[in-house]
Amino acid sequence: MIDFGYTIWIPLIPFFMFLILGLFGGKMKPMISGYLGTLGLLVTTVLSFFAAYQYFFQRTGEEAFEKIIASNTVWLNITDKLHIDVGVMLDPISVMMLIVVSTVSFMVHIYSLGYMKGDFGFSRFYSFLSLFSFSMYSLVVATNLFQMYMCWELVGVSSYLLISFYYEKPSAVLAGKKAFIVTRFADLGFLIGILILSYISGTFDFEELTNPEGAMISQGTALTFMGFSAISVALTLIFIGGAGKSAMFPLHIWLPDAMEGPTPVSALIHAATMVVAGVFLVARLFPLYYLGAPDVLTIVAYVGGFTSLFAAIIACTQLDIKRVLAFSTMSQIGYMMLALGVSGYGDHDGLGFMASMFHLFTHAMFKALLFLGAGAIIHSVHSNMMTDMGGLRKYLPITHITFLIACLTIAGIPPFSGFFSKDEILVAAFHHDKVLFFIEWAVAGITAFYMFRLYFVVFWGKETHYHHTPHESPLTMTIPLMILALASIFSGFIPFNELVTSDGHGFHIHTEWAIAIPSILVGIVGIAVAWIFYKKESGIPAKLAASLKLLYVGSFNKFYIDELYMFITKKIIFNRISAPIAWFDRHVVDASMNGIAWVTNSISDQIKELQSGQLQKYGYVFISGVILLTFAFVYLWFN
Amino acid sequence: MSIHELMFYLFSGMILLFSVLTVTSRRILRAATYLLFVLISTAGIYFMLNYQFLAAVQLTLYAGGIVVLIIFSILLTSHITHKFEPIGIKKMVFTIVAVAAGAILTITTVLNYGFNTVVASSQNPDMQLIGGSLLGYGRDGYALPFEVISVLLLAAIFGSIVIAKKEKSK
Amino acid sequence: MLSQIPLSYFLVVSTLMFFIGIYGFLTRKNLITILMAIELILNSVNINFVAFNRYLYPDQLQGHFFSLFIIAVAAAEAAVAIAIIISVYRQYFNIDVERVDTMKY
Repeated sequence: MIDFGYTIWIPLIPFFMFLILGLFGGKMKPMISGYLGTLGLLVTTVLSFFAAYQYFFQRTGEEAFEKIIASNTVWLNITDKLHIDVGVMLDPISVMMLIVVSTVSFMVHIYSLGYMKGDFGFSRFYSFLSLFSFSMYSLVVATNLFQMYMCWELVGVSSYLLISFYYEKPSAVLAGKKAFIVTRFADLGFLIGILILSYISGTFDFEELTNPEGAMISQGTALTFMGFSAISVALTLIFIGGAGKSAMFPLHIWLPDAMEGPTPVSALIHAATMVVAGVFLVARLFPLYYLGAPDVLTIVAYVGGFTSLFAAIIACTQLDIKRVLAFSTMSQIGYMMLALGVSGYGDHDGLGFMASMFHLFTHAMFKALLFLGAGAIIHSVHSNMMTDMGGLRKYLPITHITFLIACLTIAGIPPFSGFFSKDEILVAAFHHDKVLFFIEWAVAGITAFYMFRLYFVVFWGKETHYHHTPHESPLTMTIPLMILALASIFSGFIPFNELVTSDGHGFHIHTEWAIAIPSILVGIVGIAVAWIFYKKESGIPAKLAASLKLLYVGSFNKFYIDELYMFITKKIIFNRISAPIAWFDRHVVDASMNGIAWVTNSISDQIKELQSGQLQKYGYVFISGVILLTFAFVYLWFN
Repeated sequence: MSIHELMFYLFSGMILLFSVLTVTSRRILRAATYLLFVLISTAGIYFMLNYQFLAAVQLTLYAGGIVVLIIFSILLTSHITHKFEPIGIKKMVFTIVAVAAGAILTITTVLNYGFNTVVASSQNPDMQLIGGSLLGYGRDGYALPFEVISVLLLAAIFGSIVIAKKEKSK
Repeated sequence: MLSQIPLSYFLVVSTLMFFIGIYGFLTRKNLITILMAIELILNSVNINFVAFNRYLYPDQLQGHFFSLFIIAVAAAEAAVAIAIIISVYRQYFNIDVERVDTMKY
């Protein structure tokens, strides 16, 4: 056995870095704290890659990948049986997530050295980044549901802090609050799900929970609640938590607004790592879902499929490049959810699971690349809006090339990595549910269209006159772009089918050309349409928008989901339910308490007057008292 | 009506009259003068009761010492011509009620109590007896209270000096 | 002779004087007049002691000496009180008892 004890340092180093930068960052020179944070993450990245190498390639024999508890400490003893631990667990998906998180996070750290240079609160930014890295590492290596839940909230907090990083901007503050409240609302479901699960099984431990032969699954299905088995209820609630974090419809409304944060943050948190936590959660509990509550997986699949279509349509009309990418992220996460939903368990049945993880990995790379590229564009143009851009390929050559690679990757053009992972998802969907397959097939085309719409408008399109000529970003920003571009190209060749599978056993796959060719074709069609519409300035998009006015307006306004939420919360919940309760609270409950306080207060005011400092009043009272007492004693007592 | 009775009524009348004037006069220096008359009449009572030494002490110490002290302090703190504000009618009525109640209560109690008066020759204790008793420490000796009073007077002298002294300006 | 005047007459006089003193103590505003009222009270007590001594225990001298000591204590009290009054006067520039109420509440 290899000793993985050192992996405990992977989460701990960013944590200490957070403490150091948080406590002393204000006293350091900003660049020093930036270098310190980056250095800490470099160490962590090296450790992660080393751990991954040891885990995947230095195992003894050819047996399945097992769950290895690298370290574990009992943290809270609730009962003898039920206790909350903190520790590090290594299994294929957590090791893969370590790679994803450390790669993207490290790239973002380097990139931010250039992007955030001179910004107010530079060291604060790095301390928050370290906090996020710590939370995300601890989340992926969690040994039990409760540790995961804690880190889940921690990433929520760091996401909140980083979205409202520019706290002087009201929209950023509002976006931070929105993200926090919406995910927190979803996390309520997660928490209740955890409580139900632990009530049934008496444990938080993943190893026991997800053991296919374990008692958990049979016990959970036996217990019913309102016609559903308890385990279905619990897993649905947990999925609601995951859907909130992963911005699945209808809990997606926070993600587009979260783009108010600095772009590297969007790349790290709202594209590559935190938002896939929901996918990771479902994957982590996958055996439980599959064996205990297959119905819930159907929900997962349809929610994922619907979200991917829904978000892709919205992405076609948005003008803010970061928002386009945000909706694209939602769409891609929908893919992953769908892949999990259509997956089976074990060997080749687990193709969907593998594809989901594969897509998670490749998506992290190319979406981080897209966001960082978008950051470089914004950095040079000083605007988020596509209408302010055009013809940038001459000014930003490196950004242009890397962005093109990323767009080709997400469009699913071989041999870029996106093709492989998306293809596996389509195969898995095809064998499970034809409807979902066609949705995803269409979404692949739409994705290619809106990504190349973005690409053509920004880098080709009309010649725009800039106040000052855009210039290429510094090396600290372009090097991460190039590294991520390489990762986007080549990560498709990683043999995920051998490494990351639902039950730990590898299996063989072969490209099903009957599915791959149509998906490539639809991608090319999407690109071609975008070429015609946007390569040169043309009137076609406007005409099309006019003829499909309803769809266009709906999509442009994100199908009024935000307004719907506002209507439900403000008009119905606040005005009809909360306001009367608040009135009752203020005028009855508070008023009675205030009344008691008021009576006490006025009485004591009256009593206070007695102690007036007037010597003669005291004397008067004293003498009257003496006279009365004398009278009482002499005439009433002794007679 | 014997001479004794006459003297008693004269002195008591003076005491009560001047007491009332002392506490009601609106000019402070007059009040002090009325107080002087009260104290002198009290000394008269002592004479009548045949305690010449006590009466002499009353005259010298009270009438002579304390009243002069009071007059000095009046001169230090008030204008001679200053007249006090009349007392509020409410305050006066309440105080008179309480005081009258107390007086009636005490007087009725006193009048209802049968005292065992011993009719003896009203002799005057001579100076030798008083001096011997003050310094005596046997039965009928008052050496201890005498010493305590002397210490008390010393403390009072120190205390009044310390209190009345002007604070050093810092 | 003395027996023609009952003891209670003295006591009535001293009682009246005592309560007149109390009336002064409770109504006068000037600290010095309050001091005078206190002197009245002490004096009435002295009369009591002397009268009791003469009427009840004529062959002893306790009441007599008690009065003597009370006079001494009154002298000490007057000295200290006047020192305090002067000190108060320096602090507040008046000796009105109703204005010297820093110790209230």
